[in-house]
Amino acid sequence: MTTLRRLARHRGACVGAAVVLVFALVAVLAPWLAPYDPEAIVLAANLQAPSGGHPFGTDSLGRDVLSRTIWGARISLTIGFVSVALAMLGGVPLGALAAWRGGWADRAIMRAVDVLLSFPTILLAIVVITIFGPGLGHAMLAIGVAQVPLYARLTRAAVLRVKGLSFVEAARATGGGEWRLLVRHVLPNCLPPLLVQSTLLFATAILSAAYLGFLGLGAQPPTPEWGTMLAKARDFLRTAPHISIFPGVTIMLTVLGLNLLGDGLRDVLEP
Amino acid sequence: MTLLVFAIVRLIPGDPARLLAGDFATDQIVDELRQRWRLNDPLPVQYAVYVGGVLRGDLGRSITTSTPVRPELVERFLRTLELAVAGVVLAAVIGGAAGIVSAVRRSSLTDYVATALALTGISTPIFWSGLLLILLFSVRLEWLPAGGTGSLRHLVLPALSLGLFGAGVLARQTRSGMLEVLGQDFVRTARAKGLPERSVVVKHALKNALIPVVTVLGDQFGRLLGGAILTETVFAWPGMGRYLIEAISQRDYPAVQGAILVFAAAVVAVNLLVDLSYGLLDPRVHAE
Repeated sequence: MTTLRRLARHRGACVGAAVVLVFALVAVLAPWLAPYDPEAIVLAANLQAPSGGHPFGTDSLGRDVLSRTIWGARISLTIGFVSVALAMLGGVPLGALAAWRGGWADRAIMRAVDVLLSFPTILLAIVVITIFGPGLGHAMLAIGVAQVPLYARLTRAAVLRVKGLSFVEAARATGGGEWRLLVRHVLPNCLPPLLVQSTLLFATAILSAAYLGFLGLGAQPPTPEWGTMLAKARDFLRTAPHISIFPGVTIMLTVLGLNLLGDGLRDVLEP
Repeated sequence: MTLLVFAIVRLIPGDPARLLAGDFATDQIVDELRQRWRLNDPLPVQYAVYVGGVLRGDLGRSITTSTPVRPELVERFLRTLELAVAGVVLAAVIGGAAGIVSAVRRSSLTDYVATALALTGISTPIFWSGLLLILLFSVRLEWLPAGGTGSLRHLVLPALSLGLFGAGVLARQTRSGMLEVLGQDFVRTARAKGLPERSVVVKHALKNALIPVVTVLGDQFGRLLGGAILTETVFAWPGMGRYLIEAISQRDYPAVQGAILVFAAAVVAVNLLVDLSYGLLDPRVHAE
């Protein structure tokens, strides 16, 4: 309980948590919050400036930018969850194996991880997209794969630290298999750094998805994904800047909230 | 590394010969194109031909334009390098200065503002800050061109959009590095013997905080090379990132292979430079 209380006293974490909560609520309640159908095309009403009827204006096909931004939250939330889950699924076992086994397994895994880590995440994701082709599903896969090495390194460091603690020795002395020891006793104690990292990587995943969407490699039109929306909005930067502003501000605020929460969690969990 | 690049590119689904010949081409034409680009050879043979070429500095010919990949790629790479170097310099100057000021005036208003700005910097999509810069400086104020290359004026906005992102990361790292060093005994000693604050900060503290900062700077250079793909798209900058994205959409195998290979080589080179710089920054570090 003390951890939660300390988190509640952390100003940055609270602001971040509030932003993330709003973002999650908007994502979940999108069908009820959005005033219009995000994909309804009304050509007669295109490129309208923000007004009472369309608070964020309309885009080049007359679609309501507010509704599209709201639905975009749902897509970004999905991207964040799926790609972070994929990255953990791949990276945590690899890192745990490297730390637990040591020796050649450690050397082989960590060598590969070091090589992959030296590449910018976005380039790794683009390479994966090159293999599987563009699309929202493939973008999530690509971002997840690109984050695997980060989890592997983090998990290895955490397991190595916990492995040397005396309670592990005690658990070993009471018997039980090595793997049981790893899964039941060691890994649960590695959770704090993983939680911090997952919050920050959730933010990175949303940014990366927007990058891929912007490059035309992620979600395809007419999906209301924030990056994909901005790619189209860019053509109308001079005549209708508002369609570039709102989705961008939304990405920035969401990522900012996640980063604040992640930083706060780190301050509280890893003093 | 060549094997990895080759394997990745051959995993791309789709038939480049078919794509190139167009929808109405006969099978015979498609087959001739396959022959010409050796797409019918077994994969190991294709790989051997490819590696042989790379070793001789030949990256093959682009399937779409039929021109050699290397001269084009060299030109594109220099453009991207120009952009990335300008971005890193801006990131180092802005981020470094903000980080030092933040650490020295810890918990002041300046510190809070700088920390908040740094966090905003790392949370803003690179391409969006580019769009905002265009909107402000090209569309509204009409001070600077919105895209293209040619003069120093063309470089300002893309470099700034790339640099601001890097500056956020760097400011955070410099601040925490400086805070750690400022709390140490030798800094107290330096202050106690009456050295001016400026000399304490720059000569004693900063020098010792540099190693983690340089690590991050090298890391950022790699990330900015990746980010350049986005900046180049926003500012119509004819660099390697644009080249890669265009080649991917046209399934131009040799061009994709060449671009990824050059990206990879550039990242490896930067990492090597960072490792070597440790020896210069800290005499205790020796190459093994």
